Amino acid sequence: MSGRIPAIAFSTFREAVRDRVLYNLIFFASLLVASAPIFGQISVGVERIFLINLGLTAISLFGIVIAIFIGIGLVSKEIDKKTLYTVLSRPVRRWEFITGKYLGLAGTLVVNALLMTLGFYAALLFLTHHLGRAEANILIAVYFIILQFLIITAITLLFSSFSTPIESAIYALAMFIVGSFAEDLRGFAAMAHGPQAWLARIASYVVPNLSILNVITRVSHDEIIPASLIGLNTLYALFYVAIVVSGAVVIFEFRNLK
Amino acid sequence: MRRSVVIVASLISLLSVVGMVASARTVYHIRPNDTLHDALFVSSPQAVKKLSLGYSGLLADVYWTRVVQYFGGKHQAGAEEYKALAPLLDITVTLDPHLIAAYEFGSIFLAQPPPDGAGNVEAAVNLIKRGIQANPQYWRLYYSLGYLEYYERHDFKAAAQAFDEGAGKPGAHEWMKTMAALMHAKAGDTSTARYLWSRIYEETDDKNVKQNAFMRLACLRVDEQVPQLENLISRYHQQTDRWPTSWHELISAGLLQRPPVDPAGETYLLKPQGRVELANPRLFRFAHYGLTKPA
Repeated sequence: MSGRIPAIAFSTFREAVRDRVLYNLIFFASLLVASAPIFGQISVGVERIFLINLGLTAISLFGIVIAIFIGIGLVSKEIDKKTLYTVLSRPVRRWEFITGKYLGLAGTLVVNALLMTLGFYAALLFLTHHLGRAEANILIAVYFIILQFLIITAITLLFSSFSTPIESAIYALAMFIVGSFAEDLRGFAAMAHGPQAWLARIASYVVPNLSILNVITRVSHDEIIPASLIGLNTLYALFYVAIVVSGAVVIFEFRNLK
Repeated sequence: MRRSVVIVASLISLLSVVGMVASARTVYHIRPNDTLHDALFVSSPQAVKKLSLGYSGLLADVYWTRVVQYFGGKHQAGAEEYKALAPLLDITVTLDPHLIAAYEFGSIFLAQPPPDGAGNVEAAVNLIKRGIQANPQYWRLYYSLGYLEYYERHDFKAAAQAFDEGAGKPGAHEWMKTMAALMHAKAGDTSTARYLWSRIYEETDDKNVKQNAFMRLACLRVDEQVPQLENLISRYHQQTDRWPTSWHELISAGLLQRPPVDPAGETYLLKPQGRVELANPRLFRFAHYGLTKPA
């Protein structure tokens, strides 16, 4: 078992980095980050803030788009090309296949995020001429963005384990949008009464709370992010991913592949 | 065959480019500028915040850039009205309540009388107070409030209170205490205004603010020089019982050493009845003296 999951993960990673969509998206994200100093110049007093907000938002949004567009084909591509049957005819369990696929795409996104972060820091250095403690604080926002990627990848994998790529993309995108409103759902639950309140509360836990993982604006103002938030957000993301990937594994176990 | 297709396609493209640019330029000319310029596609700050999907910081920067562009465009056109300025600033600070630049510069844009601003001092004071509420430890906002109370509202007591409060905040400059003391002692003096603008000039890194402070200091200089010159002319009139027609008469009488020049280096104009006027009053739009009297 131990060797099979990394092997699938590595092959998924290798396949993902060959995808042209990935490079197009990275190119546009890098272009956006590089243009941030120009945007800052047509404004007043916000050059650095603008660069941080634009750079991190680009890393986050483009990463989510990459997660969705590559994630939706993870299972369906293997079925279409019939490679899945070759893989499963070997001593590879279905859950190992799903876990490996997840880890492979997650790894791709982590590497992408780190590369885009390097580009972002280069732009920041160009603008501010130094990198200090305040700039190191920005890495926490990047870490939270990576946690967002892990969650979105898991959700995309879950949908792609039982639906078509188009449907998976729509569902995953919808989950991302609703996840951005998770705090509002909680607010609604607090105001509502009876079954509606319960439904809203359950929904607020079902959808991923992506707003707690977004500290871009806070780090742009050099606000210190408490260590407790880093720890709790890590736990939240890991538990959420574990639940969703387990769901994908169960669905895939029972899926009729004939 | 293929060659002729390429040639025809290129010709069509070229003609279309010319047509497209010409039609677009016509549209720009006939389009009522203000309707689009003053339009707020989503006017509710809360709705804009929800639509940002959590990326409100970036959207705040975009809105702030829109404020700067809107203000700059209107200012350049010599506008008397800045209808969308206050709502745009409201959206900006709702999206990011810690965007200090929006409070600091936005309040200046709002407060200055037209055509240099919206002339809405109340909105400017409210904006700064909102900024203080969201960023109570940021001393510069108290300084901006003190400036508005002193310079725009002439409420010296409120100005002193703002400078005093700001002086106690982390990182506050020592001269905040001096400003508070000046407000109590001699708020109406030109020297107080000069002190305030000199501090702004020395402190700011923004070239627009620096330029504005420089111009205000120049206007204060004009407000000092013109009454002094008019006093000299009155003395000349008392001595000779006639008004001088040129500066040389005052120089000959030993009242002046050379023809007086304004801060832009232009010689002041000597008008009938001993009035002194600026050669180019448009350069000193914040001056109270030396302006051309209506005929």
